[in-house]
Amino acid sequence: MANKGILIVAVSQRGVLTPATFELVTAGRKLADALKEPLAAVVLSEKASALAGELAARGVDKVFAVESPALAVFDEQIHAKAAAQVASKEGYGKVLIASNVAGRALAARLAVLLKGGLAADVSEILPDGKALRPYYSGNLIAEVEFKSPVCVMTLAPMSYPRAEASAAKAEVVAVSFEPGASKSACVSYQPEQSNEIDLGGAEKIVAGGRGLLNADGFKPLRALAQILGAAVGASRAAVDAGWIPYKNQVGLTGRSVRPKLYIAVGISGQIQHLAGMSSSGTIVAINTDKDCPLMQMASIGVVADFNELIPIVIEEIKARRGSTAVAA
Amino acid sequence: MGLHIVVCVKSTPSSANVPVDPSTGLPKTAGAPSAINPFDEFAVEEAVRLKERVAGSTATALTLGPDGAADVMREAIARGCDAGVHVTGPEFDGGDSYATSLALSAAIKKIHAEKPVSLVLFGKNTNDGGSGVVGAETAAWLDWPGATSVKKIEAVDDASATVHRAMEDGTDVLKLTLPACVSTVKEINEPRLPSLKGKMAAKKAVFPKWGASELGLTAAQVGAAGAGAKVVKASTQPARPAGLKVEGGSAAEKAKKLVDILMERKLI
Repeated sequence: MANKGILIVAVSQRGVLTPATFELVTAGRKLADALKEPLAAVVLSEKASALAGELAARGVDKVFAVESPALAVFDEQIHAKAAAQVASKEGYGKVLIASNVAGRALAARLAVLLKGGLAADVSEILPDGKALRPYYSGNLIAEVEFKSPVCVMTLAPMSYPRAEASAAKAEVVAVSFEPGASKSACVSYQPEQSNEIDLGGAEKIVAGGRGLLNADGFKPLRALAQILGAAVGASRAAVDAGWIPYKNQVGLTGRSVRPKLYIAVGISGQIQHLAGMSSSGTIVAINTDKDCPLMQMASIGVVADFNELIPIVIEEIKARRGSTAVAA
Repeated sequence: MGLHIVVCVKSTPSSANVPVDPSTGLPKTAGAPSAINPFDEFAVEEAVRLKERVAGSTATALTLGPDGAADVMREAIARGCDAGVHVTGPEFDGGDSYATSLALSAAIKKIHAEKPVSLVLFGKNTNDGGSGVVGAETAAWLDWPGATSVKKIEAVDDASATVHRAMEDGTDVLKLTLPACVSTVKEINEPRLPSLKGKMAAKKAVFPKWGASELGLTAAQVGAAGAGAKVVKASTQPARPAGLKVEGGSAAEKAKKLVDILMERKLI
């Protein structure tokens, strides 16, 4: 029997679906329409039946809900077993998963269980089912062709818009699942202390580099990020100097991001940094060096001292919001 | 009893800035200098630190690649690993993460049969293919538990390892039943430089070479023949031309102009 249909695997994080899940729906819908195949989703969660409704309203044809307390914290083996159970029983040919820590590991496990090829961090799925993904640290783009009957893809965050909810409701099917004993017991969860927005799914990012000169340089950046609702990023130089934690690093050895707006402050634009952010929508460079590499590729380059510029930018935004009463 | 740690390392181009060969449409890497994949340095360092923490432990480096790839195991030994195993042969050419992880898992099973393995360590991803999935795929073939994105190995004994997994929204502390596979991130440590003693040992090291038949696999299961996916074309990132420049005038004028543009484009 030929494998047919597209299956989105949605993993809940601390009991909720991540926005990236709805990006998968958009990508899956497009592919399903191009191939004239059905689009289904499976929710793996301790609250799967409650969360399934959210997906059922977003344009999928069917939703499977696998609910188990064993699916509360991501467990590579148990989550893969649950997803594989649905995928192989229904014979789906294409499996789409969000490209985050859990998603990448789950995709790897599933590829082996389903005997399928895997393309990671896909930025675009072509209508014929081939996938585009970063290659050689983002210097190149690879076109990946699948040879196996089942193919597994993880989608880079922000590659597709998020599917909106509609009135139409897809059928929800509860699936019974026997997780078995865990070999990866969760001892504790330590939530992120700061209330910062995560870089991966951020629509706006304000990032700083060596040009900030010291850790205090991030103060005006954080203020700008806060008023914009943006995440805070950094170049490797700023992280290595100890001005900001590693989790904020964008680039080759940090995170890959593609926000709609990326504001790079005091970042010269070494190739390692560009590898992580050059797919952003609009790039703003703020730097005193008008000839640095980032200025050469920025959509908007502002030649200025950030310490002077950013506080005025913040005041300016506040003033205009006040006058028009429009929130961002 | 000490631990037996296997650390997987890969020989990759020293620079990821490789051109596309117009005749094949694929990256041109032949003749380019190669080195240990930078992310694997953290896995090697963690293996050596575990060895130092638990008396009587050994660390074995494992690589899959052509003849020259043995150099990365010499690098691992120079940094403190004890031995190396080289999976090599023309049958492995053109493998993807699926075929490569199958070969690595078969090698780990063979190593495990000789001397039981406690932990298999991997880097976050490579600087060439860069999928970051070979660690978890290898774990899947072995059907061993695992964790990726590990920034700390807190405690380890004969039966379990407590690891800190960095998630997007915080840290999961997991107790893995051994043997297990762990993929590390840069935050886990600061790799040391090779020691003189290590370099001497590396020079003298001899590595067993295992082909598909030594691993109990057929040529059809590995390399391009066993792959589930194939890169058919590579292209360079489209260049981003420089856009608008805001310069000259006072900081206030520039700030105003920037906010004007961002609002006009509905970005803020």
